[in-house]
Amino acid sequence: MRIEVDIRKTLRSNGRDFALDVKFACDDDLGVVFGPSGAGKSLTLRAIAGLEKPDYGRIVVGDKVLFDSMAGINVRASERAIGYLFQDYALFPHLNVEENIGFGVKRWWQRKLPVDAARRVAELLDLFELRGLNKAYPAQLSGGQRQRVALARALIRRPDLLLLDEPFAALDPLLRGRMRAELVAIRAMFKVPMLAITHDPEDVSVLAETVVVVNQGRVEKLVDVKSAPYRDGEGRVNEGSIRELLTGMDRAGPPPLPRKTIRVVK
Amino acid sequence: MIDMPTSQEVLIPLMLTLKVATWATLLATSFGIATAFALARLRFPGREVLDAVMTLPMVMPPTVLGYYLLVLVGRRGIIGEWLYDNLGISLVFTWQGAVIAAAVVAFPLIYKAARAAFEGVERQYEQAARALGQSEFEVFIRVTLPLAWRGILAGAMLAFARALGEFGATLMVAGSLPGRTQTLSIAVYEAVQAGKDDVANYLVVVTSIVCISILLASGRLLQPRYAS
Repeated sequence: MRIEVDIRKTLRSNGRDFALDVKFACDDDLGVVFGPSGAGKSLTLRAIAGLEKPDYGRIVVGDKVLFDSMAGINVRASERAIGYLFQDYALFPHLNVEENIGFGVKRWWQRKLPVDAARRVAELLDLFELRGLNKAYPAQLSGGQRQRVALARALIRRPDLLLLDEPFAALDPLLRGRMRAELVAIRAMFKVPMLAITHDPEDVSVLAETVVVVNQGRVEKLVDVKSAPYRDGEGRVNEGSIRELLTGMDRAGPPPLPRKTIRVVK
Repeated sequence: MIDMPTSQEVLIPLMLTLKVATWATLLATSFGIATAFALARLRFPGREVLDAVMTLPMVMPPTVLGYYLLVLVGRRGIIGEWLYDNLGISLVFTWQGAVIAAAVVAFPLIYKAARAAFEGVERQYEQAARALGQSEFEVFIRVTLPLAWRGILAGAMLAFARALGEFGATLMVAGSLPGRTQTLSIAVYEAVQAGKDDVANYLVVVTSIVCISILLASGRLLQPRYAS
């Protein structure tokens, strides 16, 4: 699926300006936005989800224009059909596992889930190996279990696109490898296009067909990692070359040159 | 030997007080939740000034508040005159007037508690709900309110306790008509003035028990619940 992002936003915090000016288009179903923390990755992802409004620009996902400042289009987050996996999962603490997963397929006046929604919750509980935990609350779950609940909660709505904000950062390193494999398996099962952000090169080798490298609020390069030298003949990832590609990219670069471009905005 | 006070002397003011305090709490809580949510979530000029005004009843002498209320809802007051001319309603020297007085005095307690509770709800939960297709109303009903609920309830109980003990503003607006506007705290004052120490003792004990129970209950509500 095609994702087109061309957005600008200026944020001011502690008297310092941060200028986001990100432009990329990605046709692969597995995209990764890679860059150091503070590069503007999160802001970009949140803008795609509709949780943050860019100052100017355009966001297109598939054939839907979600944001276009020139045309005055800004689709509400609730109507974008985009799943969002928060870095620390943001499971609702007052709802149990079952209620969290079913949250997006139940209306506020319904005391119980509709029958087909309840069946889907049950299917996802099985699929994510959460069956015995359906009545547990988020505070009682391990990191890996929380991530599964958050994924199930997003996927039950069959989103057009799943956004993942540093999907493995909240997990301990031993668990990361396993959850990466799990995510790849889930992705194969649901066939949902994914766009993840990360500062970990290992995530890139697992989750990317296209890498968008972001630094200091700008896109530095966009690399197709589907073929050589990043994959061998059988499509296996060549981790060495990916690491080479990203060397030094996970650190913040020198401060950017002063911006001299003047934009005319109507 | 202490004479048992007649049930009239204790029960009637007790029931009246509970009625007035309950209505006052409902009134203050509904306005308190709406104002607190607006002030916790919206950014607009004059926000802090509005916050100060909402908190004012907490620091102002109740008699001054009562005077303000008379200016507003008295027979010749700005709102009171309209109410009387158009609806034939007069709030002064009625139990409804006592409700208004107690609600205004108790308002800051529920408002402050609700605002703190709303501000304590992490925005990320609300955003997660939006990303799951929920409208702003649904986000409020299904996420914000349930997560802020205990804080709001604790504030409502404090407001109820404050409304129970209201004296100054109530006396100014509703007076001290036995059986009609004479609440517990006013009855205690009248009993002491009249030298009826036994009645005063009973009233004081009853009031203390009610207030302590409320404080214990609200203390429990404020204990953290979703800690991991």
